[in-house]
Amino acid sequence: MNMEKKLLLQVMNLKKYFPASKGLFTNRQVRFVKAVDDVSFDVYDGETLGLVGETGCGKTTVARTILQLYHPTSGKIIFDGVDLSSLPENDLRKMRRRMQMIFQDPYASLNPRMTVGSIISAPLDVHTDLKRSEKQEKVQDLLKLVGLNPDFVNRYPHEFSGGQRQRIGIARALALSPDLVICDEPISSLDVSIQAQVVNLLEELQDRLGLTYIFVAHDLSMVRHISDRMVVMYLGKVMELADRNEIYLHPRHPYTKALMSAVPIPNPRKARDRQRIILKGDIPSPLNPPQGCNFNTRCPLAQDICFEKDPEYREIEPNHFVACHLA
Amino acid sequence: MKPLMEINNLTTRFHTQDGTVNAVNGISYTLNHGEILGVVGESGCGKSVHALSIMRLVQIPPGEIAAGEVFFDGRDLLKLSEKDMRTVRGHEIAMVFQDPMSSLNPVYTIGFQISEALILHKNMNKRQAKERTIELLNLVGIPEARKRFDNFPHQFSGGMRQRAMIAMALSCEPKLLIADEPTTALDVTIQAQIINLVIRLQQELGMSVMWITHDLGIVAEMVHRINVMYAGLIIERGLVDDIYNHTLHPYTMGLLGSLPSIDEAPGTKLISIPGLPPDLVDLPSGCPFFARCTYREERCAKERPQLENGPEEGHSVACWRWREIQKMGIS
Repeated sequence: MNMEKKLLLQVMNLKKYFPASKGLFTNRQVRFVKAVDDVSFDVYDGETLGLVGETGCGKTTVARTILQLYHPTSGKIIFDGVDLSSLPENDLRKMRRRMQMIFQDPYASLNPRMTVGSIISAPLDVHTDLKRSEKQEKVQDLLKLVGLNPDFVNRYPHEFSGGQRQRIGIARALALSPDLVICDEPISSLDVSIQAQVVNLLEELQDRLGLTYIFVAHDLSMVRHISDRMVVMYLGKVMELADRNEIYLHPRHPYTKALMSAVPIPNPRKARDRQRIILKGDIPSPLNPPQGCNFNTRCPLAQDICFEKDPEYREIEPNHFVACHLA
Repeated sequence: MKPLMEINNLTTRFHTQDGTVNAVNGISYTLNHGEILGVVGESGCGKSVHALSIMRLVQIPPGEIAAGEVFFDGRDLLKLSEKDMRTVRGHEIAMVFQDPMSSLNPVYTIGFQISEALILHKNMNKRQAKERTIELLNLVGIPEARKRFDNFPHQFSGGMRQRAMIAMALSCEPKLLIADEPTTALDVTIQAQIINLVIRLQQELGMSVMWITHDLGIVAEMVHRINVMYAGLIIERGLVDDIYNHTLHPYTMGLLGSLPSIDEAPGTKLISIPGLPPDLVDLPSGCPFFARCTYREERCAKERPQLENGPEEGHSVACWRWREIQKMGIS
C-alpha cells in the first residue's frame, strides 16, 4: 500500500452486540448476538475496500455502524480524524453529509410516492439551504451524472427498471458530494448484464469524483473486480485482510481459501481443473459462536488449539492481516 | 438412443390487462438421457416459464400454452389428461425451486412432506416411507437424518432446506430433475455444496438434470450443454466448451463480458450490455436483441433470425451476422 495515502476512516476494535431476549413474555436479556466482534481496519482516501462474507457475518452491521445508524457497543470509528461515536448529534449530522450509503434493494429503498426529483433532492433539503432553482439544477446534473435522462425528474420509481432505480439511489447518495460511499450489496438484486452497467458506473464515478468506497457484498468475483483491498469476515470477526490480488493468489486463512474456491469461474476448462474446497456444514448461529476460533466447526485443518484459543488478528506480512493459528 | 425429452415449438403466453405477454416464443430442443442441460438467461427471458410449461404448472388463465409439443419418453405431455399428468409430476419429472422456504409447508415436518410423496406415488406404507425418507435425507447429506425427520422447516438452515427439497424431488427417482435457480438464495460456500451434491447424485442415479440459472459462472463446471435464452427464444445453444470458448451470439458474448474474470488485470473494465431487455408485450418483429446489439444492421430489425448450425457439431446460433462477427475475431 502506498504510504502517502491519506487515512480517511479508521475502524478500531469495533463491537456491536444486539441483546437477545429469552422467553416470549419475560424479556430477560440473557444473551447477546455478537454481530460485530472486535473488528478493526483502515480505509484510505480514494480506494475501494471490499467487505465480503456470508449471511450473518456482520458485514452490513459494520457498514451501518460506521454511519452511526447503530451505536457501537464499544470501539472507535474515526472519520477524517474525528471520533464519530463521541460526537454530539449536531456535529454528527454535519459529518453524515460526507458519508452516504447505496442500498441493496432498489425496490425497497426508494419511496414509491415520491418523484425521482424529490427523492434525489431530499438530502439537499436536509443538509443545505440551496434555493429551489439551484436544487432543481443540481438534481438534473445528478441524473445526467448517473446516466439517466434529466427529463425523468417528475416520474415515480415504479416507472423504472431495477438497474435504473439503482442509478437513482446512486444519484441520491452523491447529492451531497460525499467523501465516502458505502455500497451495501448494490448489485445483488440485479440481472447479470445490468450488474456490469452499475459496476462500471460506480468505477467511472470514483475516477471522476475521487470517491472512496466500502463495497459490501457476498459475490466475491465482483468484489475482487472493484476493490483495491478486501476484508473477509466470518461470524462477526475479520478473518483476513489484504490487497485484492494478494488475497486471491495467496489466501492464508482456510476460510478465505474455501471462499475463493467456491467462486464460480465462467470458463469450463478452468472450472473443471481447479480444486474445490467444499466446506462441511453451515454457519453457526451468532448467538452461540463456538469456543476458540469462530471457524473451527467448519475448518478442514482445525487442531486442538483452534478449539481452545481465539486466534490473534495479526499482520503476517506487510499489509496482510490474518486471524488464524495455522497461517 | 432416443432423447429423453424432445420439445417442438413450445409457445406460452399470458393474457393480462396490459396485453398479451409473449413469455416463450416457439422453442425447440432435445434433452438426452443422463445429461445435465443448463438453461441460461436473465429475468424475463422465459426460462422458468418454459420449465413450468413442461410441467404444465402454468396457471390457465391468464396463461396459455398456445402451441408446441413436449415429448417425454415418447408421450406428448401437453396432450395428457390432468390425472395422467399428475403421475408424471414428481414421479418422472421433479422440480426444485429457487426459494426453499416458500416451497416447503411451514406447518408440516420435513419428514412428513417427503414421505407424503412416497406414500402417494410409490404406494408405500407409513413405516416404509419413513425409512426411505431417512435414506434420502442421508443421501443429500443431512446430518443425523433420523433425528431431523421430525423437524419443521424453520429448524433447518437455508442450505439444509434446499437439500430437503432435493431429497423430496428425488424421492420417486425421477428421470428428469428440473432445478430452477436452486442456489440463488444461498451463500457461496453453501452453493458450492449444493452444486457438488447435484453432480454427485446425477452420476449415482443416472438421471437427467435441467439447471436453470442467470449466472453463466455457476453452470460452467457442471453442465454438458447450454441453451441461452433471450426474450422467450433460444438464441444460442451448444456444448458447454463451445458456448464459452467459441461464443457466437453477441448477447452471450455480452453476458460473459459482464462477469469479472478471476485472473483479470487490475483496472479491467467489464463489458456491459447497454439498455434493457425488450418488452414481452410488444416484441420487436426482427431480432429481439436488436436494440442492444453492437453489431446490428438494417436486416436485423426486419427479419427475425432462426437458429442455424454453427461451426461446431451441435452448436447453433440465431444471428444474421455471426459469420462476419466471427471473422472480426471479437470473441
